[in-house]
Amino acid sequence: MFELLGVPPQVLMGQLLLGLINGSFYAVLSLGLAVIFGLLNIINFAHGAQYMMGAFAAWMLLTYVGVGYWPALIVAPLVVGAIGIVLERLMLARLYHLDHLYGLLLTFGLALIIQGLFRNYYGISGLPYQIPASLSGGYNLGFMFLPTYRGWVVVASVIVCFATWFIIEKTKLGAYLRAATENPVLVGAFGINVPRMITLTYGFGVALAGFAGVLAAPIYSVNPNMGADLIIVVFAVVVIGGMGSIMGAILTGYGLGLVEGLTRVFYPEGSAVVIFVIMAIVLLFRPEGLFGRAG
Amino acid sequence: MIRNILIGTALATLAMNPALAQEINVKLGVLNDRSGVYADLSGEGSVIAAQMAVEDFKAADKGMKVEIISADHQNKPDIGSSIARKWYDEEGVNAILDVPTSSVALAVADITAEKNGVLINSGAGSTELTQGQCKPTTIHWTYDTAALANGTGKALTDAGGKKWFFITADYAFGQSLQENTAKVVEASGGEVVGNVDAPFPTTDFSSYLLQAQGSGADVIGLANAGGDTVNAIKQASEFGITQAGQKLAALLFFITDVQALGAQTAQGLSLTSAFYWDRNDATREWSKRFMERHGAEPTMVQAGVYSGTLQYLKAVEALGSAEDGKAVAAKMKESPFDDPLFGKGSIRGDGRAIHDMYLYEVKTPAESTGEWDLYKEVATISGEDAFLPMLEECDFTKQ
Amino acid sequence: MAIAEDTVKTGPLRESIGMPRLHKVIFLVLLGLALLLPYGVYPVFAMKVMCFALFAYAFNLLLGFGGLLSFGHAAYFGGASYVAAHAAKVWGLTPELSILAGTVAAALLGLVIGALSIRRQGIYFAMVTLAFAQMVYFFALQVPFTGGEDGIQSVPRGDLFGLISLRSNMALYYFVLAITFGGILLIYRIVHSPFGQVLKAIRENEPRAISLGYQVNRYKLIVFTLSAALAGLAGATKSQVFQLASLTDVHWAMSGEVVLMTLLGGMGTVFGPIVGAAVIVTMQNYLATFGAWVTVIQGAIFVISVLLFREGIVGVISKWLKRPL
Repeated sequence: MFELLGVPPQVLMGQLLLGLINGSFYAVLSLGLAVIFGLLNIINFAHGAQYMMGAFAAWMLLTYVGVGYWPALIVAPLVVGAIGIVLERLMLARLYHLDHLYGLLLTFGLALIIQGLFRNYYGISGLPYQIPASLSGGYNLGFMFLPTYRGWVVVASVIVCFATWFIIEKTKLGAYLRAATENPVLVGAFGINVPRMITLTYGFGVALAGFAGVLAAPIYSVNPNMGADLIIVVFAVVVIGGMGSIMGAILTGYGLGLVEGLTRVFYPEGSAVVIFVIMAIVLLFRPEGLFGRAG
Repeated sequence: MIRNILIGTALATLAMNPALAQEINVKLGVLNDRSGVYADLSGEGSVIAAQMAVEDFKAADKGMKVEIISADHQNKPDIGSSIARKWYDEEGVNAILDVPTSSVALAVADITAEKNGVLINSGAGSTELTQGQCKPTTIHWTYDTAALANGTGKALTDAGGKKWFFITADYAFGQSLQENTAKVVEASGGEVVGNVDAPFPTTDFSSYLLQAQGSGADVIGLANAGGDTVNAIKQASEFGITQAGQKLAALLFFITDVQALGAQTAQGLSLTSAFYWDRNDATREWSKRFMERHGAEPTMVQAGVYSGTLQYLKAVEALGSAEDGKAVAAKMKESPFDDPLFGKGSIRGDGRAIHDMYLYEVKTPAESTGEWDLYKEVATISGEDAFLPMLEECDFTKQ
Repeated sequence: MAIAEDTVKTGPLRESIGMPRLHKVIFLVLLGLALLLPYGVYPVFAMKVMCFALFAYAFNLLLGFGGLLSFGHAAYFGGASYVAAHAAKVWGLTPELSILAGTVAAALLGLVIGALSIRRQGIYFAMVTLAFAQMVYFFALQVPFTGGEDGIQSVPRGDLFGLISLRSNMALYYFVLAITFGGILLIYRIVHSPFGQVLKAIRENEPRAISLGYQVNRYKLIVFTLSAALAGLAGATKSQVFQLASLTDVHWAMSGEVVLMTLLGGMGTVFGPIVGAAVIVTMQNYLATFGAWVTVIQGAIFVISVLLFREGIVGVISKWLKRPL
């Protein structure tokens, strides 16, 4: 049996699998950011707050209405997405003619408000949310014990990412979207309601964040700050991938999850910064990002 | 005109109440986190605890006029120290209570010594407060990291948990918690089989937990705090680590955290605390009144604010004045206390309050009879064993 | 060092020639107010306002005049405050040398991060600076000399030039006032120099500036480094005032705060950052009793500023007076 730098292959396999699970969250979140950026040219700083809202929506549905995990997986993203649509109509829509930086500043302010309000009403300790009974337990894979729920996270994220990619790259609706990114005026002239498309796209991107939040609720602590630091890592993921392509955002998300998983075995102290270090290296040699279009 | 009326009223009250001439004015400031990570375990609850202390002390009947103000230091030392300075300089505050977050606590301790107030710290865990950066005006009431390490480390090793693996938050607090605990474990005949430094904060602990699982340790020590500990415990249960027989020891954990996890997930967890509401009749009676006003059971930090305030008021009464902080602190150290919540104990020359600590285990859902029925007592750690020995240069009673 | 020479050469005399009379009057009024301030306001609070005014001013140099939104300025502010605190406490340096050490450290940090960050523009630039600042934060959290979450405490106030004691709040206040005012005038001078004009040209139309033969990236890097150094000056001074350095100053929330101050006061205006810093610091001071609502209120100010008055307080006044302020 060979060992890699003193780490037996079973352990390595286990850690890679865990990295993939984390990568699933990165992928769904950076995908949402990339979709929003693609059409609105806005960096959605509130993405982390909206991810947190997804987790809270699931918790509220269970606690106040008695709606369980599976319906919440559909309902919570819809609710969060709807809130996103309202925000877009009331606020973001007024900024499209301005420098894109204003969008960043506005969403930053929104993130502060949302997180602050949740802190006021729910405190900071976090709230319990159990793994649904149908997904509890786990499988012994020989090299590790894989909780069923973690496996489900990977499956669910792959399905959602692929479906999004398919819609945008392969369907007529997606073609309109991409066309509107290139030339909104011309697309409008063909009788397509571009502002409504923008609104729905923002809602969809936000709903993706909410979806990731519901996925996270049973395994991470549901608390108002859960998205605050994550969003910065996801920003770095997006910079590394470049926002040129949907597939780029997805692959970078999974890939960096794997890299982070490896770091946790070989140099755990560095696992928080490894993504930022990679970002610095990518900026040095390929400033437009791994999948970005130059220029 | 207005001033005349005011003077008139003041004279009238003076005339009516001859005792007023000797009335002792005391102003207490509760300085803690009201919005951040420590808001639930200190926050408004600590203010209520301080108010209850004033009421239970019957300050008004003893000719003492006690006023309590409060503020949020947002866990930022610069904000905390400017509030503390302003309180001492402009508001005439005599003592500052609670102050969680060690960076803020140390800054406030400095200012308190300079302004001759008293700091009765309940919320912060740094041993520095009574060791390296000790001050004659600092009283450290509830716990410190050494006491937690001693409690959990010794009791669990004695109970058969010989092999330890640490998951440590990679910064000063986590490192010192691990170091302290490791020493105790080894002194009690256990061994440390490994450790992993996790960045702070971390949301996903699965990778570290698997390393801990593979180490074959009996006990996994979590040298971290707050949300990190909650996540680690949640995920340990998910990966079947506790079910497989390894024990989890949270080195810094509060009842509000346990409640956030739920008994289902937290069951079997070992932790050290200075206070639990359901320990005896006195704690139950007080906690019931606290619950009515705050809507949650008290944490040890909030209980510590109550007891610290009570002892402080006694010292002020004995001295007849709250002006000289150094004198009040010295008075507090003079005689041992018998506190309704913390039992018998004393305050050492360095300001460290010495009282028993308790090792608790979180009940299983089957054992728990209610939302807050969470702990069962496993062992009592006497105050002498729990806290670090006093440094010679910090014994202010001899200076 | 080139900067220092520049100020020496131009001196206060030349500077006053280039300054519109209105600005001169306002600066004098501000100085007069600042000289009297500690008699009316608590000096430590006044010093805090000044440190943040300088910080916001340095930030405005980059955003308002360079057109670059950095979301990681806490790295230089906080980094310098650690270095200055360490220098004063462990190396036993005098206050002015400690502050200088912090400023130099911030300049070097700014040079490295700036060189990498200016490879991207606009929103990417903001995200990249944020990510680097986060690296600095993790670094500060883990290395032993920063004291982790305890921070560096009990920094001695020391003697200025080894002669004048700064232990009293008043003495320290005038020292801080001198630094702040000096820093602000220096930035004013930079902005209104030929260098500042090129910066403005780059901000307005980068391709045009390139076609005119300007080495745009070099200008950007210089202004980035200058801004980092001056933010560092503010942070280093703050560490001497509060006698501590802590993680708060390197956290990304601090980067957000300085953006808020500049935005609220009016970005690209001369006096905006000072006003913005004064408003925000005062607000934090008086809202401390409101607890968790502070972040909500700050967020609301952000949203309102972006939606309703993007010119900021000073920008609005300046429009009203029809004079650039």
